Amino acid sequence: MPASVAITGIAGNLGRKLARILHGETHVVGFDRRPLRDRPKDVEHHQLDIRKARVEDVFRRSAIQAIAHLGLKHDPRDDAAEAHSFNVAGTQKLLDIAARHGVKKVVLLSSANVYGPAPGNPNFLPEETPLLGAARLPGYRDLIEVDMYVQSFMWQHPGIETVILRPVNIVGPTVRNAPSNYLRLERPITVLGFDPMVQLIHEEDVCRAIALALRPGVRGVYNVTGPGEIPLSAALRELGREPVPLPHFLVRQVVKRLFDARLSSYPPGEVDYIQYLCAVDGSRFVRDTGWTPRFSIRETLRSVLGNR
Amino acid sequence: MAGIGEEIQERLRRWTLELGGPGTRERLEKLTPPRNEYGVDPYGFDVDYLQAAAAPVLWLYRKYFRVKAFGLENVPNEGPVLIVGNHSGQLPFDAAMVEAACLVDKDPPRAVRALVDKWVPTLPFVSTLFARCGQIVGTPENCRRLLAAGEALLVFPEGTRGLNKPFSRRYQLQGFGLGFMRLALENGVPIVPVGVVGAEEQAPAFLDIQPLARLLAFPHFPITLTGLPLPMPVRYRIWFGEPMCFTGSADEEDAVLEGKVARVRDAVAGLLARGIAEREHVFW
Repeated sequence: MPASVAITGIAGNLGRKLARILHGETHVVGFDRRPLRDRPKDVEHHQLDIRKARVEDVFRRSAIQAIAHLGLKHDPRDDAAEAHSFNVAGTQKLLDIAARHGVKKVVLLSSANVYGPAPGNPNFLPEETPLLGAARLPGYRDLIEVDMYVQSFMWQHPGIETVILRPVNIVGPTVRNAPSNYLRLERPITVLGFDPMVQLIHEEDVCRAIALALRPGVRGVYNVTGPGEIPLSAALRELGREPVPLPHFLVRQVVKRLFDARLSSYPPGEVDYIQYLCAVDGSRFVRDTGWTPRFSIRETLRSVLGNR
Repeated sequence: MAGIGEEIQERLRRWTLELGGPGTRERLEKLTPPRNEYGVDPYGFDVDYLQAAAAPVLWLYRKYFRVKAFGLENVPNEGPVLIVGNHSGQLPFDAAMVEAACLVDKDPPRAVRALVDKWVPTLPFVSTLFARCGQIVGTPENCRRLLAAGEALLVFPEGTRGLNKPFSRRYQLQGFGLGFMRLALENGVPIVPVGVVGAEEQAPAFLDIQPLARLLAFPHFPITLTGLPLPMPVRYRIWFGEPMCFTGSADEEDAVLEGKVARVRDAVAGLLARGIAEREHVFW
């Protein structure tokens, strides 16, 4: 493990969890615009926007060796231009600083959703699949741009071990992302007659995967899979949900109306994820790092209910 | 599962065993694909679901099309194989019948996965039904992965060109795609040719209304004798030929591969000719 690790977005649920896993092993330096609650004493936190010049000063002082870049905004209700600047310009600034101040390792937390669901998708998408996730869901444009930017950074700086992790849908007791919130709905909307296979990973497993990627020797683009694939219907049944199936020619209209009326946080493009396949092949990460998730499918699913 | 109540599923499963004939239960128990705690394999194939969904297919197999299968011993009991056949009949009952033959008339049975068009996953219910029964979208990645895992794949290289051709072109093989040959060469997999006799007459089509097909995003819109593409009770005769092995590079130019593909096409044509010569009537 590198002697000191910077975590962007440390005040988020995943960031806090990652800090808790890492702080015993290494010196953790956090960056986030939000304050960090329940901060362990040995964790250093800088309440800063990563676009600010003061970020570089922290790098000058603290000899940071590795960066875990989790701090991307993805709320569909955010101002698009501001989010774009924060995500893309912020990442560029951060990597620029990393290259100038001797950082040896950069880990980006991307997502398997960058590939995008499509009816013609193979059942398991490899890392080489084009990133078409934004075709129908503009919200993924920033993430895809960041993912591609970090890919080019990987080639520009062969001396820095750059890792892009594309985990499947992250769920867990504390995460508040679209898939977790969807599984928490008592009566989730489904698409009548469609039941795609879905892949989930527990938030703690993702943090363990990030910790694994921070170790020296790991470099490249990796899909990160959890314990396996299940039909969406089986996931909802396990959680005791009562799905509301809507026909495919109506569902996007309904979801759009609900979103526009602020009755739900799902933009209509998200319907693709409950209609078509977007599952990935995680074998490369397993082969190169010996990755195994700790939580079973059932534990992962049930975790969305727990200690909220 | 997917809207079918437990009771109905159980009843369908009993019907499957009844239609399958004596020993069906024992034979089906030999099917042991990998499955997780939710009963599915990573592709969404569910053997219990298949047993229930197979009932109407088996009824068609035994009672409606009264299928006779010949040469099933040519389908290897294990290991990867590509089963390559003629496609016809407007709706793909031929695929279901070839799969049913490998399931109930072969011992040990084989769960054959048909490669389906990219169009299928856009169809409600059909997409789910197909996935739970082990059918798979025919992308090269999927095929490679399944062949590496030793599975049997059913391919119709004519695609919808064969499926939706008019009655006047029955038993005339349409152009074969080359993809299956590349897969066979790349993975060193034998090809079992199959000729399906009967399906070509099940739903005679006279017209293909392309503008309507485009409007509905269907591959074709055939108009048949009955108006609907529903099959008549023709008798099916399914002829499996001897496995063919090919060697060479999968990366050859199309012209080189076409020669190899032509040999498979000729083998299917030969099986069809034999099947037609030996049958006495379309309906019995």
